[in-house]
Amino acid sequence: MSERQRGLIVLAVLAFIGLAMAVAGAGRGDPLQAHGYIVLLFSIGIGCVLLKGYFAPEPPATRLDSYYDDPSKVGIVLAMGWAVFGMFVGDWVAWLLAFPDLTFDAAWSSFGRLRPAHTTGVIFGFGGNALIATSFHVMQRTARARMPDQFSPWFVLIGYNLFCLLAVSGYFLGITQSKEYAEPEWYADIWLVIVWVTYLLLYLRTLARRKEPHIYVANWYYLAFILVVAILHVVNNLAVPASFAGAKSYSAFAGVQDAMTQWWYGHNAVAFFLTAGFLGMLYYYLPKRAERPIYSYRMSIIGFWGITFFYMWAGSHHLHYTALPQWVQTLGMTFSVMLIVPSWIAAANALLTLNGAWHKVRDDATLRFMMMAAIFYGLSTFEGSFMAIRSVNSLSHYTDWTIGHVHAGAMGWVALITFGSIYALVPWLWKRERMYSPALVEVHFWLALAGTLVYVFAMWNSGIIQGLMWRTYSDSGTLTYSFLDSMVAMHPYYVARAVGGLLFLIGAVVGCYNIWMTIRRPSGAEATADTPLPATMQPAE
Amino acid sequence: MTIDHHMLVGFAKSFGLFYLLAMAAVALIYACWPANRNRFDKAARDIIDDEDRPWH
Repeated sequence: MSERQRGLIVLAVLAFIGLAMAVAGAGRGDPLQAHGYIVLLFSIGIGCVLLKGYFAPEPPATRLDSYYDDPSKVGIVLAMGWAVFGMFVGDWVAWLLAFPDLTFDAAWSSFGRLRPAHTTGVIFGFGGNALIATSFHVMQRTARARMPDQFSPWFVLIGYNLFCLLAVSGYFLGITQSKEYAEPEWYADIWLVIVWVTYLLLYLRTLARRKEPHIYVANWYYLAFILVVAILHVVNNLAVPASFAGAKSYSAFAGVQDAMTQWWYGHNAVAFFLTAGFLGMLYYYLPKRAERPIYSYRMSIIGFWGITFFYMWAGSHHLHYTALPQWVQTLGMTFSVMLIVPSWIAAANALLTLNGAWHKVRDDATLRFMMMAAIFYGLSTFEGSFMAIRSVNSLSHYTDWTIGHVHAGAMGWVALITFGSIYALVPWLWKRERMYSPALVEVHFWLALAGTLVYVFAMWNSGIIQGLMWRTYSDSGTLTYSFLDSMVAMHPYYVARAVGGLLFLIGAVVGCYNIWMTIRRPSGAEATADTPLPATMQPAE
Repeated sequence: MTIDHHMLVGFAKSFGLFYLLAMAAVALIYACWPANRNRFDKAARDIIDDEDRPWH
């Protein structure tokens, strides 16, 4: 069976499932109906794209002499699209928190639905697509082998985006299982398992074909990301659907076990989705861009095993002062503090790699994105270890300090390393000498950095003020401030946060324009170090 | 034999420590083993120029 036929069959099955979901949902007036139509239309849409080229001549066998990069290219474009969407919703929510009257007064536009649309959009839409796109690139280069087939990468990329689409559209429709960062319901979860196992197998099959005997360390990080996210996703989403014809399900866990499972998942999502995968990016694209081998390969290995061993146990620091047994809280706290060691190994390794090439960092905004990411990685992992200490947590928990910490990591570390990697990767993939406008990369860098700093400082201030106001007692032993007092005190910081987020969003839009123009611009000059692919058409041609 | 809470806690508190130490030792020894040095150095160098094409 040809790959095109395989694609059509998968899409036909998917369209049939979508139709069945729509019919079943319609019978009960369940929101599953809407998701059925989305699956159906999605399958038909992708099917049209496939059919358009179905009778085209088979690609020449010479394609096997080159790496297969088309899925990476599409993945980068999708990642940037999701970035703008996710950051737009995020900034919308930020303005809504500062000016609650700005709401449309409709269920879909409420905070509870917009907030997961933001988190899913940036973490899974932006981050996930960037990880998939770069991992396809890195695994082939470091293995010196082409992917084993062309069907699997497309299945992974397109299937993953269907999951993201179901997730985000579900929130607006009111479909959620109310688990943070794991909101999508059972059918979307099952679909993601299928996609994710295919992803893992694709990665392993490519590594099995490798011509370079040594598996470069970036692959270990990417593999940890894929494998552990699979485990986390399956366990935390164990649930029984109330009906196969409805969206609602009930979790297999209850009470404090549910809380522990959720934060074992939640913190390891930070560890293996938002850290391990992006460290894979860092360990590949930073040395490549700086044209200097990583400072200490040994440190990268020790750091890897430290991160995988320690992070697994850190989740319970989210549950200090709860019904969770005290020793489990202490265990999470201890491992969180220990995590500073492997985290700083990675941050130091990145910065020491650049030591001696600071002139490149000064001149090259792409490399500066990566350097700044390493600095924010060091800062936010230190902060995280600190906040996990029970007595610090008693001040920080439930305040905006947590939001500031998360965004120091998500904007300062995850987004900056991603933008840096994408700016390095786009000219290589599309065979361009450089980005369309290095000046716009520079603009994006400063917008992103300014936005992150404004955001994080606003939330540090607001969080610590909140924490202190909530624990200030009067002489008579009563609380000095009402909750509302603390809300009023937050207002200027919420405005500042929204401005910081806006700067970051504008930076991402500038990045999209720059990437788009780089793709569209005809490649006149020969690409820098690349040998051109033999006779395959580029999208821009 | 029933596995109760106390037993699990005892197991985690005793065996857990030693298995973590053992895994840390294995990782450290592997990373610092002198014979691996050249392999690691080569691996770090080799990615700098790998855009060419797959090897056959």
